[in-house]
Amino acid sequence: MAVLQHSVSDELSERTGQTDLLDFGDIQHFLMSRPPARAARYEFLTFRSAAAARAWLLGMIDKVGTAKAVGSSILDSRWVTIGFTWNGLQALGMSEGSLFTFPEEFRQGMAGRADILGLTGTNHPDHWVGGLASPNLHAIVILFASNIPERERCRQEHERYLRKCDGVELLSSLDLEAIPPFDYAHEHFGYRDRLSQPVIEGTGVEPTPGSGPPIKAGEFFLGYPDEEGPANGLPQPEILSRNGSYVAYLRMEEHVGAFRDFLREHGDTPEQQELVAAKLMGRWRSGAPLVLAPDKDDPSLGADLQRNNNFSYSSMDPHGYGCPLGAHIRRMNPRDTAVNMNRRKMIRRGGTYGSPLPDGAPEDGKERGIAAFVGCASLVRQFEFAMNVWANDPNFHELGNERDPIFGTQDGTFDMTIPKRPIRKKIRGLPAFTTVRGGAYFFLPGINALRYLASLNDGH
Amino acid sequence: MATAVPMKPPAPQKTKEQDWTKPQAMAIPKDGYFKLQKGRYGPIYPRTPACHGFTIIAKIKPGKEDMVRAYGHTIEKAIADMPDALATLKLHYLRWVLFDIGQDTYFMYQGIFDTNFDKYTEDAVALFTKYGVNTVFENLEGFPEDWKTNVPAFVRFVREHQCPSFLEYGEYPYVTADEIKKALKLKAAFTEMLDLMQ
Repeated sequence: MAVLQHSVSDELSERTGQTDLLDFGDIQHFLMSRPPARAARYEFLTFRSAAAARAWLLGMIDKVGTAKAVGSSILDSRWVTIGFTWNGLQALGMSEGSLFTFPEEFRQGMAGRADILGLTGTNHPDHWVGGLASPNLHAIVILFASNIPERERCRQEHERYLRKCDGVELLSSLDLEAIPPFDYAHEHFGYRDRLSQPVIEGTGVEPTPGSGPPIKAGEFFLGYPDEEGPANGLPQPEILSRNGSYVAYLRMEEHVGAFRDFLREHGDTPEQQELVAAKLMGRWRSGAPLVLAPDKDDPSLGADLQRNNNFSYSSMDPHGYGCPLGAHIRRMNPRDTAVNMNRRKMIRRGGTYGSPLPDGAPEDGKERGIAAFVGCASLVRQFEFAMNVWANDPNFHELGNERDPIFGTQDGTFDMTIPKRPIRKKIRGLPAFTTVRGGAYFFLPGINALRYLASLNDGH
Repeated sequence: MATAVPMKPPAPQKTKEQDWTKPQAMAIPKDGYFKLQKGRYGPIYPRTPACHGFTIIAKIKPGKEDMVRAYGHTIEKAIADMPDALATLKLHYLRWVLFDIGQDTYFMYQGIFDTNFDKYTEDAVALFTKYGVNTVFENLEGFPEDWKTNVPAFVRFVREHQCPSFLEYGEYPYVTADEIKKALKLKAAFTEMLDLMQ
C-alpha cells in the first residue's frame, strides 16, 4: 500500500527555508512511493521519428504520476511512469552536446555492459527477449493499475493512443500481477519481499529499526546533495536532469521447479527444506532473518517490520553461522561489514509476472519470474557495483568460487558455503534458479524535463 | 591374510592459483593483460603470483618535491593513529618513490593489493579525500582538479599513468593478506596451546 498517505504534501507545507526541499510535484512517483497497484504492464516502445516521439510524449505527460499525487488522498486507479534509454533520448531529437553529458554506462546501455555485470552464458544479451537488447529500445511506459480489469483498460487506452501516433510502436510488453497469497508481497520462490528499503531524507518517513538513517535525496534523484556533497556533473541542461533518476531494469525468470527440486535434494523434511531455502536467501521464506532466527523459522518475526530488519553482521554473526557469508541478502546489503554503505543504497521496485506454479505441481515450462527495477542516481557507482562486486564476484568475502545463489549468474560450476560447527557444509555446483531474460538502463525524467523533451527541435 | 587398508581419499587437485607451496613467476604482455576483461571503469588487470597492483609514474609540479616528501610523515602518523585506515584497499604493500630524470622530478606510487583496482575505486577516492592524500595527487602534473567528484576523471589519470609490469614473482603466490594474517593467528594460537600443555 502507499507509504506516503498524507505525509508528503503536509511535510512540504510545514517546512520553510530548506534549500534541499524535494520537489514532489516534479519527481515521478515511481521511486518515491508504491501506488496501491496489484497489476501492471510494462510497454517497451520504439520511435520511428523524433517528431512522432515528441507528439506521443506530449499527450502522455498529464497522465504521469508525480510523487505529490501518488500516495496522497487522491483516489485514482491508474498511474503511469515513463523512462527513456540513451538511444531513446537520441531518437527524441536531443542534441549531441546534451546527449554526451549523460554518463558513459548509461550511453552504453545495459546490453553493452553485460560482461561487467556478469551477464554471461544463458544471461547474455544474445538470448534476451522482447527486443530489450536492441538499439531500437527507446522508452518504457509503466502502466500501474489497482487490478487486472483496470490494467486491461489501461492497455486498451494506450493501444488506441499509439494507433493515432504514427511513428511510435510497441516493441514488446510484459504483464505483471501479484500472485497469491495476497496478504504480503512475495515472489515465485515464496520469499517475502520488500523488507529492507532505504528511506529518503526529506520525505518524513521513519526508517524501520536496523535500516539505518535516511539517505540524502541526491543518492536517488539528480539535482540534490548526495551523501558526499552538492550535486555535480549532471546531464545538461539542468532542466533535463533535475528531479530525474536512473533505473536498471531486469527481467528475471525464476525456475521454480528447479528450485523446489533443489530444496528436496538437500532437505529430507519440509523443515529441513525451509532451512536450505533460508540459507540461500539469508531469510526464511516468512521473512524472518537468519541472524535473529538461526535454527527455527519465526513467521511473526518475519511479518514484523519493527523487528525483521533489526540486525547486523559484524557484531551479531561475523562468521555466518546464522546467515551464510554468501547468502543473497548478505551480498546485496553487507551492512556493517562494508564501508561507505550510505553510497551503496538503491531503491527496488517491480513485481511478479507469469502464473504461479502450484505447490506440488511439476515444472510446466511456462515463463514466470520477477521484473525488477533498481533506482539510483549513479548506475556505475550503485547498481553496477552491486552486480560486479557483490553479486557476481566469485571472491566476495574471500569465498573463492561463489556467486549470489539466487540472482547471481550460475552455470553449475559455482559453490555455496554454509558455515556450520564443527565443519562447514559446502554445496558444489549450484544450479541456476534464475535466468536474466532481458534488461536495460532507463532515465526517468522529472515532469518539467518531460515537457522540455516534448518541446525539443531536432538536434537542439 | 590380507588386512583391510583404509583408503586415503585422493588429494584434491590444486589449481595453479591455489598452490602457494611453490614460488611462481609470470611474464605479462605489454598492455598488462592476457585477455581484455572490462571492469566498471575500464580494462582490469589479472591477478598474478604477486596478487594485484599498480605502478603509477607521474611528473610532479616544479618545486613541490618537499611537500610530497613530507607527506610520508602524514601517512605514517595516520596509520599509527588508526592502523586499519587503509583496510578497504586490501593492501599488502605500498612504495612511494621520488626520482629525477634530468631536471624533472617524478613520483612513483606502487601498490600491491588483493583486489583489482576497479572494484573499490570509489572507496579509494573516498579514503584519499578523508586522509588528505590529495596533497600528493594535486601536486602531480595533469591531475584532474575535480577528482573528488569526478571519479571517471580520476580513474582516467591513474590508467594513463599506470605502467604495467612485464614480470611478477611471488614467493607464496596468490596468497591474500587476510589468509596470511589468519595463518599467523593460527600459528600463535597453536604455540600458546602447546605451551599450556607443557
